[in-house]
Amino acid sequence: MIRIDCPSCGGRDEVEFAYRGDATVVRPAGDAGEEAFHDFVYRRANPRGWHVEWWYHQAGCRQFLKVVRHTMTHEVHAVARAGDRVEVPAAEHTGVPAAEHKGVPAA
Amino acid sequence: MTQMFRMASGGIVDRSRTIGFRFDGRAYQGHPGDTLASALLANGVRLVGRSFKLHRPRGIFAAGAEEPNALAELRTGARREPNTRMTQIELYDGLEAASQNRWPSLRWDLLSLNGLIAPLLSAGFYYKTFMWPASFWEKVYEPLIRRSAGLGRASREADPDRYDTMQAHCDVLVIGGGVAGLAAALVAGASGVRVMLCEQDFVLGAGLIGEDEAWRSAALERLAGMANVTLLARTNVFGAYDANVVGALERVADHVAEPGAFVPRQRYWTIRAGRVVHATGAYERFIAFPDNDRPGVMLAGAAATYVARYGVHPGRRALLFANNDAAYQSLFTMQDAGVTVAGVVDPRADSAAQAAARARGITVWSASQVVGTAGSLALSGARVARIGSAGTDTLVAADVLCVSGGINPAVQLATQSRTAVAWSERLASWVPGAALLPQFSAGAANGVTGLREAAADGARAGAGASGAPADALGLPEDRPSDVTVLPFWEVKGSGKAFVDIQDDVTADDIRLAAREGYKHIEHAKRYTTHTMGTDQGKSGGLVGAAVLAEARGERVQDVGMPTFRPFTSPVTWGAIAGTSIGKHFAPTRLSPLHEWHVKRGAVFMDAGQWVRPAYYPAPVDGDGWDSVLREARAARRGVAVCDVSTLGKIDVQGRDAAVFLDRLYTNTFSNLPVGRARYGLMLREDGIVFDDGTTSRLAEDHFFVTTTTANAGPVMQHMEFYLQTVWPDLDVTLASVTDQWAAMSIAGPKARATIERIIEGLDVSNEAFGFMAVADATVKGCPVRVFRISFSGELAYEIATPAGHAQTVWNAVLEAGEAFKIEPYGVEALGLLRIEKGHVTGAELNGQTTAADVGLEKMFKKRGDFVGKVLSQRPGLTDPSRPRLVGVRPVMRGDQLRAGMHLVESGTTHSLGWMTAVTRAVELEGWIGLAMLRDGVARIGSRMQAASPLHGALVDVEIVSPHFVDPENARVRV
Repeated sequence: MIRIDCPSCGGRDEVEFAYRGDATVVRPAGDAGEEAFHDFVYRRANPRGWHVEWWYHQAGCRQFLKVVRHTMTHEVHAVARAGDRVEVPAAEHTGVPAAEHKGVPAA
Repeated sequence: MTQMFRMASGGIVDRSRTIGFRFDGRAYQGHPGDTLASALLANGVRLVGRSFKLHRPRGIFAAGAEEPNALAELRTGARREPNTRMTQIELYDGLEAASQNRWPSLRWDLLSLNGLIAPLLSAGFYYKTFMWPASFWEKVYEPLIRRSAGLGRASREADPDRYDTMQAHCDVLVIGGGVAGLAAALVAGASGVRVMLCEQDFVLGAGLIGEDEAWRSAALERLAGMANVTLLARTNVFGAYDANVVGALERVADHVAEPGAFVPRQRYWTIRAGRVVHATGAYERFIAFPDNDRPGVMLAGAAATYVARYGVHPGRRALLFANNDAAYQSLFTMQDAGVTVAGVVDPRADSAAQAAARARGITVWSASQVVGTAGSLALSGARVARIGSAGTDTLVAADVLCVSGGINPAVQLATQSRTAVAWSERLASWVPGAALLPQFSAGAANGVTGLREAAADGARAGAGASGAPADALGLPEDRPSDVTVLPFWEVKGSGKAFVDIQDDVTADDIRLAAREGYKHIEHAKRYTTHTMGTDQGKSGGLVGAAVLAEARGERVQDVGMPTFRPFTSPVTWGAIAGTSIGKHFAPTRLSPLHEWHVKRGAVFMDAGQWVRPAYYPAPVDGDGWDSVLREARAARRGVAVCDVSTLGKIDVQGRDAAVFLDRLYTNTFSNLPVGRARYGLMLREDGIVFDDGTTSRLAEDHFFVTTTTANAGPVMQHMEFYLQTVWPDLDVTLASVTDQWAAMSIAGPKARATIERIIEGLDVSNEAFGFMAVADATVKGCPVRVFRISFSGELAYEIATPAGHAQTVWNAVLEAGEAFKIEPYGVEALGLLRIEKGHVTGAELNGQTTAADVGLEKMFKKRGDFVGKVLSQRPGLTDPSRPRLVGVRPVMRGDQLRAGMHLVESGTTHSLGWMTAVTRAVELEGWIGLAMLRDGVARIGSRMQAASPLHGALVDVEIVSPHFVDPENARVRV
């Protein structure tokens, strides 16, 4: 069970949150066309490794938090408010070959 | 003579008290401190069950959680619990248990004939034997298998007991209360940090019994005196989850006939630990040899436990078959307690323990093996042969055969936390490697054996977990015990050599799986069901892996092991459900007018978490339909009032509120004048309709949004998402005000005449307060917002008031409407009115429909971006042949329609659409309904059939406009 250190509420269990997916995708401009919106809605990298993602603190402050989570170990590296930048660790997690989690864009 | 196998002294059972229990209907006696298994052995009961598949006679094999055979149905009636391990059931006065999977009785089991057709029941037999013909599966094979294979029967009555759910936090969690766990808890506890210790047994430090009891009692006393240490006995940690969160099951009242008042039967713990110490011990493993499942064959450590802990002789004459010196200590313990020793069979040529045994006068067959067992329902002897000497074996008389193939550290929980394992040549088993999480393994779980060494290892782990020094702890005394093994897994010969005793999986089954291509350990496991029983292969998992390794021509360590997953031992559904049962499963939400509805005698229905009045029966009504039709008629012809407080309400404020709503809805709100409301449609980003509702502009920078009852939460989250993450630059603030505002809809031709009498400070005439107008006013001094909006299709007003004023305003409306015979109407009449009007709800906006599907394509603004705009134009979503909203009427007006009916061309069975909602109508004769229908618009005016094969119903219908009543929408404007 993941524990998320909410900047507003403190350390809380994942049951208080709703997952909202990849936080690195950006909604295209309204005139960007079908392809761009298709990618925005459907295309995801699905990495094994660090993942920057939205967690909505539904049973708390109602803020969308940017969480850097390792998809294999569920380790949470960082939690930030929606507008803040987060750092994706450069070092590979123990047990994960470096090659396998490259290419995760910084949010 | 009862308890003829009970020793006069020894162990920690309370001989001063005798308690009675029944097994398979027969009365026996035991003592407090016994398990059902130890008490049965004390009474000389050797046969306790029949095997899962082959119905072979089985006896008690272990003394703890690894027990594969001795499973019982515990208790009777509603409390009957199948597959409980007799080795873990604490004896209590009046206990009733029954053996499983035997018919008609345990001794005379007719289905043991399965043994004769065993060749048919080999690995993968489900897949092979019963594949053809397909129709035979349901009629013949499945009933046959269900009759013959299986474990215990669950009770069919509701569980009368309560189960608790607990959450706990600690700095150091110690899993296991053996000597290593106690040492770890002592060291960590002394440092002052919060410590929890969970032990599945009802006794802590059981391994010290008969060894260093002084150290044990001193340790327990010290721990009990530490306020920062919580000791949980009878608590099995069944799973390790992310970030040092573990799940544990505490058996609070399983050791009594029924829980006391206000006492739960079990507690389900979720424990969040800073650091975890795995002091989970080790499980002894057996050796596969022909007929190694006969009652009387027992793990060596278990046999010693029955002697040392329970003061019970597991037999009169014991033979040991072991490949390691530590197992000899088990035999010596038995010998010292008066059990006659038949000898030792050891595949090794020589060892220190062999010499020690000979010095004790024990016969040792070195470089030998057990090639078979004798006896029928109980062991009478074992056949012993020198390794390599074909055909010449000696029958050695014995009624208990102690087996030890070495130990397997209990790494299950550590590996669930992704701790890698390493192969230990000394143990010929897996030991934990470096932990990924802040975790420590200690004692036998870490491959460290002997009480003294294990305690020192536990102290080291406790120190590592708490930062305290470990050296202060005194260590217990122990006897030399060397667990170094000669890897020895299987004795080949004629007869079934089991590698999974519970699931009746033999070494030959594993080889068959390998031959048929199931060579991966995970495949072999599933093909043979090896390690898939309730014991999870604790004593035989590695043995089967070794057989597979040999078949593959590889080493055991190269074959690996199957992934260990929760649960390490079975957990009842009651504990998992905990307190989330019945009405406690989800919150119940009540309207502020709920008490009035109750007094009025409303029939209620659930709408998500809400409880809403379905209708209000009156004495004149014959049935529910009479009530619904009467209420709907009042709304169409006079006046009626409905509690709509459950609608979702969101307050949107800020300089950019209008821009924000423009981007969220398909239509425009920035041009909505203050004091007006507008119907809005919201899409998901993928172009599908998400929700609808009215939005009112209360000020330039202040909107009041309503959502459907069901989507109040999701719409709020949707808005927050776009506001916080997509357009954070917008100056907008959102607040959910669903519970803050009560709301009531007053509908009908007499609606205005009704509210005119009570609205203060507002002219509600048609000229001053037209359709879709919004304004503040008061009713009996209470602040209200008045909205001229209509869901029913009649002249209607919605009055919202802060929840605390709801009853005052509701009463005023009823009083004012009395002259017009006002009726309250419930959700059923609300549904009737909206179907007649052709308004859509969740039945149509079901997450699959587009705006065009439900006839709302005109609600798309021409200019500007909004959520879902781009993808709503995809070819698949704009295909004109998509199912579209239509109305349906039976040709014979008396015919009944049903929701879910399929629409077909007459005489065909190909479904072209489905009925989403049906009702009896008040403005029209008979039943009407809404449907989603392919090429729906083109089919208006045509005839089809509505079919419900489940009900045997086939109705001729005509397809009509979905707007049955007032399609020009004139009534709302009068």
